[in-house]
Amino acid sequence: MKALFALLKDYWGILRRPSVYYSLGFLTLGGFIAGIIFWGGFNTALELTNTEKFCTSCHEMRDNVFVELQDTIHYTNRSGVRASCPDCHVPHEWTHKIARKMQASKEVWGKIFGTINTREKFLDHRRELAEHEWARLKANDSRECRNCHNFQFMDFTRQGKRAAAMHSTSLASGEATCIDCHKGIAHKLPDMSGVKGW
Amino acid sequence: MQFRMLPLFLLAAIGVVLAADIDYPLDAPGPDGRRPGGTLTQSMPAPPIANDENRDLKRERNYPDQPPTIPHSIRGYQLDMNGNKCLSCHSRANSAKSQATAISITHYMDRDGQALAAVSPRRYFCNQCHVVQKEVQPLVGNSFETIDKILQDDANAAQKP
Repeated sequence: MKALFALLKDYWGILRRPSVYYSLGFLTLGGFIAGIIFWGGFNTALELTNTEKFCTSCHEMRDNVFVELQDTIHYTNRSGVRASCPDCHVPHEWTHKIARKMQASKEVWGKIFGTINTREKFLDHRRELAEHEWARLKANDSRECRNCHNFQFMDFTRQGKRAAAMHSTSLASGEATCIDCHKGIAHKLPDMSGVKGW
Repeated sequence: MQFRMLPLFLLAAIGVVLAADIDYPLDAPGPDGRRPGGTLTQSMPAPPIANDENRDLKRERNYPDQPPTIPHSIRGYQLDMNGNKCLSCHSRANSAKSQATAISITHYMDRDGQALAAVSPRRYFCNQCHVVQKEVQPLVGNSFETIDKILQDDANAAQKP
């Protein structure tokens, strides 16, 4: 403990004393370039984990939720526009993305210890996992839906009668948000007993 | 020896004559029902899959206890052990909010007519009886008449001298 303290003190001494050998220009420029490299590297690595290929490289995602997605309109449709995993499950803005990525460290834990590494375990946890996502989208007013589905540009006359009635009242007034009605649009639902509206 | 083979030769000769005389086509034209045109062995191109009718207008029932058809699309509606998307609008509790038709009281009864608190398990799978309709013309003609039409025709016939 004492040795560790001495070591830290040594390092602190190096940090707080002015540089003796290196010029200010070298340190400034070097710091600038190192900053670019580290920042760029960090973001590149982050974006690498933000792809469908990365998500489906684990069998937990590939064999359960990804299979279910493939039947839905968010995967296959007439115009070929589609949403991939991070489009809905990771915020697009940087601050929120970092916050979500930090939360995702728990998912790394789950992967290492095999929390859902069989179909049975996954089904047991499905309600809990779904509730996390519902809570997230409810709390942020379905921000990830709204990345593509912008209320401002919804043409009610092009919607079904029932859809227009709901969107022009509950959604428009902010009383409800997308996830309140549109649960289970991309994956199968867990046991829905006790969920409001079901 | 030659005499013994004679019936066989005769049979062969008759066979040849019959085969030459065949006057019906082996590849008969297909029945003009579901698949107009072509012959029995031909594969015709399949007609495109029609869209679900999605007009939200109730259709007339052909007889009083006909299960009403679904007047809207149900693509992606989950209907299994875990959840019933139909009931999120059509159940007794939710129908006021959604203004959808509430399912009838018979759906809350067991087969002995005893009322239940929730939808009876034997009525749970809606699309066993209720189905969406496609935007297509019927494939074959149908001369079905509703009981109202028959009664009306009867009454009209009686009035005439």
